[in-house]
Amino acid sequence: MPTIYIDGKPIEAREGQSILEAALEHGIEIPHFCWHPAMSAPANCRICLVKVGMPRRKPDGSFETDENGNPVIQYMPKLQPSCRYPVSEGLHVLFQVPEVIESQHAVMEFLLINHPLDCPICDEAGECKLQEYAYFYSRGKSRFVEEKNHKPKHVIWGPNVIFDAERCISCSRCIRYADEILHDPVIDFVDRGDHVTIELFPGTQFDNPYSMNVIELCPVGALTSRDFRFKARVWEMSFTPSVCPGCARGCNMYVGVLHNQILRLQPRTNMYVNQYWMCDAGRLTQYPFVNENRIDKPLVCTENGTLTEVSWEEALDTFWNKLQSVDAKEIGIVVSGMLTNEDAFALRRFIQEYIPAATVMLMTVEDPEFEDDFLRVRDRRPNTRGVQTILGDVLASLSVEEFRAKVESKQLKLVWVIGEDLEQVWGEEGRKIADGADTLIVAASNVSSTTQVADLVLSLATYAEMEGTFTNIDGRVQHFIPALTTAERPYRWGMKASRWDKMGAWNDRWSHGPQRHCRPLWQMLAATASIAGHSWNYRKAADVFADLAQTVEGFARMTYALLDERRGIPLGKVDEPEPPVFHYDSHRLKPESEEYRYVQVYDKAEQWW
Amino acid sequence: MTFWEKLYLPEIARGLGITFKMLIGPKMTIQYPEEKYHPGGYYRGRPVLVLDEDGERCVACGLCSRVCPPLAIEVRAGETDREKERYPVKFEINMLRCIFCGLCEEVCPEEAIVMSKDLEMVFENRESAILGKEKLLVPVAQLQDRLEYLRMHQYYEPPARAQDA
Repeated sequence: MPTIYIDGKPIEAREGQSILEAALEHGIEIPHFCWHPAMSAPANCRICLVKVGMPRRKPDGSFETDENGNPVIQYMPKLQPSCRYPVSEGLHVLFQVPEVIESQHAVMEFLLINHPLDCPICDEAGECKLQEYAYFYSRGKSRFVEEKNHKPKHVIWGPNVIFDAERCISCSRCIRYADEILHDPVIDFVDRGDHVTIELFPGTQFDNPYSMNVIELCPVGALTSRDFRFKARVWEMSFTPSVCPGCARGCNMYVGVLHNQILRLQPRTNMYVNQYWMCDAGRLTQYPFVNENRIDKPLVCTENGTLTEVSWEEALDTFWNKLQSVDAKEIGIVVSGMLTNEDAFALRRFIQEYIPAATVMLMTVEDPEFEDDFLRVRDRRPNTRGVQTILGDVLASLSVEEFRAKVESKQLKLVWVIGEDLEQVWGEEGRKIADGADTLIVAASNVSSTTQVADLVLSLATYAEMEGTFTNIDGRVQHFIPALTTAERPYRWGMKASRWDKMGAWNDRWSHGPQRHCRPLWQMLAATASIAGHSWNYRKAADVFADLAQTVEGFARMTYALLDERRGIPLGKVDEPEPPVFHYDSHRLKPESEEYRYVQVYDKAEQWW
Repeated sequence: MTFWEKLYLPEIARGLGITFKMLIGPKMTIQYPEEKYHPGGYYRGRPVLVLDEDGERCVACGLCSRVCPPLAIEVRAGETDREKERYPVKFEINMLRCIFCGLCEEVCPEEAIVMSKDLEMVFENRESAILGKEKLLVPVAQLQDRLEYLRMHQYYEPPARAQDA
C-alpha cells in the first residue's frame, strides 16, 4: 500500500494503480478524456498532466531535508500524464499549482480549436465531458480566428451509432473499446495532425450487440445514438436508477423520462453486475412496451363478448367472485418471471391463504441465441430465480403439454395468467390453453392475443411504474424505483421528475403525459384480500419486502436502504458484505443529486400521510 | 428651518406653479386606441422567432425553454438536411405564462428568438394564447431595430478569472 501525496494530502494507493485512479478513488478528480478504468491508458489527450516528484536522497540513501526538517522533493522537469504514471511509495503529486492549471488551459484551447462548438445542435450537450471541462479547466476564450477544419458529419457507422468527425477529440476510447472489450476492431484513426479522424475499415460496419456503449464512452458528441437522435435535450429528462428487465443478468440502468414517456435507457455502473456496459437489445427493446400498446384500465368481458373498461373496485370484485365460483383444485395459475420478488411473495401468500390447492406453473422464456459470454444470458426474464426461490414448493412441476391436457380435460377450469402472453411464448399450445379454459383471467401490461380472449384483464404495472426488487441469475437481489407516474400513484415527494413534469399545470399541453390505471400485482392481491375480509396491511412495496425478508430465508435482514447502499445483495449473503469497489462514472447529466434519496424521502412522506 | 420654510406656503405655491405649467404645456400622454404607440428597439414585447431569407434560424436547442422562468416555451426538435441539422418541429409559447422578461432572447445562441414590438395581445380562450410556429415566425426585415439594439448592448462578457491575471 504505497502512500502518495497529492497537493500534500496523503493517500493510500494500491500497488499498480496509476496516480489518476488512486486520486479518483479518494475523491480527487484529475481531468481526463482518454482514460477509462476498463481499458488501456494511451495518454493521448494530455489533460491529466500533473507535476510529479520524489524526495531527494543523499548518496548514503537517507532523505535530504531542508532547514525545517521536511524532505526536499525533486520534481520532474516536465509534467507527466497521471493516467499512465504508476504510484510508488512517497510519490509527490502537485495538481492545484499554476504550472498544471496553465497546461490544462492550453490543452483545452487546443482541443477546442477544431471543435465546431455546435452545442445547440449536439445531442451530447448537457452531459458532455468537454463542456464540463471547458467550464472547469479552460480560460473560456479562444484566440483562434482562422477557419476551422471541416470533416465528414453524420457518418452512419452501424445500425445504432452515428459519427460526427468534426466533434471528435481523438481520445480513442471507441477504438480501444472495439478492440479490447468487444474484440471486434473495425475502427481506427486515419490521417495525421489536426486532420486525424476515425474511419471504419472498408467493407465493415460497427455492428455489434454491444455497439451502443460507445455513446456513453465518447466524452463528446461525436458518437450519438440513432434511436435517441434529437428526441429531447438531456436536461429536460429525469434519470431514474433502475434495473433492465431484458434478461436474467439484471444490468443496472438509468431510465430517461420526459412527459411520463421513456425516451432512452442507458447503463449505470455496477461493478458487481454489468460493470459499465449494457447490450443494445436491452436499450432498444426494453422501453417501447412501456410507452405503447398498454392496457390503461382493468377490462371485463361483457355478455356480448367485448372487453369494457371498469373501475378497479369492480374488477377486483369480479376477480374474487370468479375465484370463488370454482373449486380451488380447478384453478391453474401461470406465473411470469417478470414479476418482482414482492409480487411473487404476495402471490404466495394469496395462494396459501385462499386457494392452496391451485396448480401454479412458472413460465420460463429461454432464448439460446440471445446468450453470449459477455453479459447476455439465455433466460429472458429478469426474476425467474427470485420467483422460483419465493414460490418454492407452491410451484408444480408440469410441462406445457401436461398443463394444456389438464385444461382441455377440464381438470382446470379457471386459468389465471400473470404477466405473459401465452401465445407469444408457448405458440400453439398457449393458444389452446387460452381457448380451452372456461374462465381466463389475465394480469398483463400490454395488449396481446391472450388479453383479447380473456374474461377479465387486470392492468399490470411495468417495471418502470413500480418499486420492487429483481433477483438476477447469480441470485443478486437488486432494488429499483418507479420512473413513471400512474393514475393510481401520482407524483410524490422524492420521485425523480424533470422540471417540466414537476412544474407543469393541468392546462399545459405538454405536461404529465399518459397516466394509466395500472397496479403492481401485490397491490391488487392486497386489495382482493381486503374484499375477502382480511387486512394484509401492505401500503407500499417496502412493507411487502419487510414481510418477505422475515419469511423467506434467502432474503433475511435485507432492506431497500441496504440494497441501495451495497448495490444489490446476493441471496443469503447479507452478513458477508463484498469488498468495496470503486464504481467509476465517466460523465452524465449534472448536477445529479444523490440518487437514492428516493427511499428515505418516500418513507418520510408515507409517515407524514 | 427659518420661519418661511416652517410655513410651507412658498413651497406649495412653487409646486402648484409646476402643476399649472404642465397643464398648459405640450401633452406627453398618448391617446392609445386612436393613436398607436411605436416604441424603439429597446421595447420587450411579444417574443417571436426570426425568419431568415433561407428559413428559420432556430435549431431547437431548448435553451430558451430551459431558462424560461414561468415555463412558457416548449420546443420539440427534428432532423433536416440543411447544414444545421436540427430544427424545431414544434415551438410553442404560452402567452398566458410569458412574463416578457427577455431571458429567452438573451440566452439564444443563434439570435433566433427576439422580443418584438408587438404589444397588442388579445386572446379569447386559453388555447388560442398558445402560439405555434406559424404565429411566431417573423421575417428578419421587421426585426432590424431590435437586432441592432441587441448588438449594441452585448449583455455578457466572460469575467476574467483570478488565475488568468
